[in-house]
Amino acid sequence: MTLMQKFLGASAALALSAGAALADPALIFDLGGKFDKSFNEAAFNGAQRWAEETGGTFLEIELQSEAQREQALRRFAESGANPVITTGFAFADPVNAVAGDYPDTKFVNIDGWLPEVPPNVQLIGFQEHQGSYLVGMMAAMASETGTVGFIGGMDIPLIRHFGCGYAQGVKAVNPDATVIANMTGTTPAAWNDPVKGSELTKAQISQGADVVYAAAGGTGVGVLQTAADEDILSIGVDSNQNHLHPGKVLTSMLKRVDVAVYETMKSGGDVETGGFTVLGLAEDGVGYAMDDNNASLVTDEMKAAVEEAREKIISGELEVVAYYANDSCPALDF
Amino acid sequence: MDFLTVIQLLDSTVRLATPLLLACLAGLFSERAGIFDIGLEGKMLAAAFFSAAVAALTGSVWIGLLAGIGASVALSLLHGLASITFRGNQLISGVAINFLAAGLTVLIAQDWFSQGGRTPSLMGGARFEPITLPFADALADVPVVGPVYAELISGHSVLVYLAFLTVPVTWWVLFRTRFGLRLRAVGENPAAVDTAGVSVIGLRYAAVVICGVLCGIAGAYLSTALQAGFVKDMSAGRGFIALAALIFAKWRPWHALYATLLFGLFGALETRQDVITAVIGIKVQGQVLGALPYVMTVIILAGFVGKAIPPRAGGEPYVKER
Repeated sequence: MTLMQKFLGASAALALSAGAALADPALIFDLGGKFDKSFNEAAFNGAQRWAEETGGTFLEIELQSEAQREQALRRFAESGANPVITTGFAFADPVNAVAGDYPDTKFVNIDGWLPEVPPNVQLIGFQEHQGSYLVGMMAAMASETGTVGFIGGMDIPLIRHFGCGYAQGVKAVNPDATVIANMTGTTPAAWNDPVKGSELTKAQISQGADVVYAAAGGTGVGVLQTAADEDILSIGVDSNQNHLHPGKVLTSMLKRVDVAVYETMKSGGDVETGGFTVLGLAEDGVGYAMDDNNASLVTDEMKAAVEEAREKIISGELEVVAYYANDSCPALDF
Repeated sequence: MDFLTVIQLLDSTVRLATPLLLACLAGLFSERAGIFDIGLEGKMLAAAFFSAAVAALTGSVWIGLLAGIGASVALSLLHGLASITFRGNQLISGVAINFLAAGLTVLIAQDWFSQGGRTPSLMGGARFEPITLPFADALADVPVVGPVYAELISGHSVLVYLAFLTVPVTWWVLFRTRFGLRLRAVGENPAAVDTAGVSVIGLRYAAVVICGVLCGIAGAYLSTALQAGFVKDMSAGRGFIALAALIFAKWRPWHALYATLLFGLFGALETRQDVITAVIGIKVQGQVLGALPYVMTVIILAGFVGKAIPPRAGGEPYVKER
C-alpha cells in the first residue's frame, strides 16, 4: 500500500509541476531519439541553448512508438505548453489532426509538409539539397577514384532529397563521376542499423567509392566507422560529426535544427504561425562543418569552390533542383 | 560480374550470416528442448550492449564477450524461470524479454556513458580485429584458390570461425551424445524422459543456458566485431530472421547453416543491386530481397516445400501430474 501511495504522490507531484509550467515551450523528439548525434540532438541543443540563455525551462518527451504521437501532442497542449515543437516529418499529420482542438496553442513542426497549414501551425523546412550540393562538391574534389557513395536511412522522399542535391554537387565538379546510392531500408529500423550501414559502405568501397556521405541517423555511425576503418573519407549529416573520427570525416552537412528550435522558443507564444518557414543557405539554415578535425582534409581550393557555389546559390544564379519538384532527380537514379 | 565481385559478395554473406547462424543455433537448442524462444532478438541486443559497454570500460574485448554472454544467459534464465519453473506462456515471456532488453540497454547506456544510449567507440584491444590466417598473404597471388583463401576464408574475426565450428559441434552434441538424445526427447515427449528418471526441468534449463551463451556470442559479434560500439536497437530484427531461418532449416543444425548463409546472401545482394541488375538484366528493388527470408519461411510453413514440423512438446510447460 505504501508503494502505491508513493506512486500516487509522485504522479500528483508530476501533475502539479506540469500545471506550474504554464506557457513553457514543449519539445517532442521523434523516434530516432533525443541523442541520435544528429537530427534530434540538434533540436535538443537548440532548446538547451535557449534554456541556458534565458533561464527558462521546457518540457520534453522522447517518443517510443508511433502510437504516442497524438497523445504526446494533446498532453502538452492540455498542460498549457506553448509553443509545442515537434521534430520529424512524421509529425505533420498528427499535428494537423490535433491543432484544431487547441486553437490557443501554437504548434511548430520541423521537416513536415501539409497541403493546408492550420492557422496555429508553423512548418519549418530546410533546403537540405543546397547543403548537400556543397558537400557533394567537396566529395568530388576529395575523391581520387571518381566514384563517391551516398547511404540513406529509410527510403523516403526527404532522404532522396539529400541524395539528389549531393549527386548534383558531385556532377557539377566532375561530370564523369559515378555516384552510388543505397538506402538502408524502408522501415524506421533503417535509422538504427549500423551493421547494415557498414556492409553498404564496404559494398560501395568495393565498387570504387572513396568518399561516402551518410544521411541515415544511427545507421550513419556504422558508415562513418567502416569508412574510418577502411581508410576512406566520409561525410556526416545534420549535426557536426567531424569529431567522431578526426581526420577521416571530410565534413558534415549541417542542418541547423538547433537554430530553428532556438528561434522558435525565443519567440515563445508569439511565434508566427499559419505557413511555412524555409531555411536555406541564405539563412544559414544549412551549411558544411569546418573545425580542427577536418582542417587538414579540406584544401583552400575546395573551400574557394564551395564558397563560390554558396554565393551563387544564394544569389539565385545557380539553382539546385529539389527532388520534390517532380519526384525525380536529374543527377541520380534511385 | 567478375570473380572478385563474387568473392566480395560471399565475404559480405559470411559477415551477415554469422550473427544469424549463432542466434539460429541458439534457438535450435532451446526449441529442440521444447522451449520456444522469440526472445533471441532481445538477448542479442542485451549481449551487444553489455559486451560493448564492458569492453569500453575494461579495454578488453574478451572480458566484454564474457559480460555479453553473462547478460544473455541472465535473460535466458529469466525466460526459463517464467516458462519452465512457473509454467508461464513461453511466447509472452519471450516478448517481454525483447521489450526489456530494448529499454534497459538504452537506459543503462545513458546512465553509464551519457552519450544518448550508446557506448563510446571501441578502439584497439576493446574490439575483435580481423584475423589473417597463415599463408593468406603468400597464397593471395595464386589464381582462384588464392583470392578465395585470402579474401573469403581469411580476414574475419575469431567469432566467425567459432560460429562455423559451432555447427558440427551442435550436430554432434544433439545427435551423437546421450545429453543430446535426452534434450531432443524432452522436446518431443517430456513425460517419457521423466519416466526414465531424467530431470525434464534440468534438461530444459541446460538448453536455455546454451541458448543464452550462443545469443551472447551473436550479440558480442554485432557490437565488438562488426561494429565498434553499441547503438540502440542495433540488432535490427536479426533475432527474428534467425527464427525464420530456424523454421526454414526445420530445426536441423546443418540446414541452419545453409539457411542462414542463404539469408546472409540475400542481405549481401541487397547491398549490391548493381550485381543483380547485371546478372538478370532487370532492376530489382532492395526491399524485395529484404522481404525474401520471411516470404520463404511462409512458403515453407504453408507446406509447399516439404513440411516444417516443430518439436511436438514445443511451447508447452511440463506438468508432472495431470
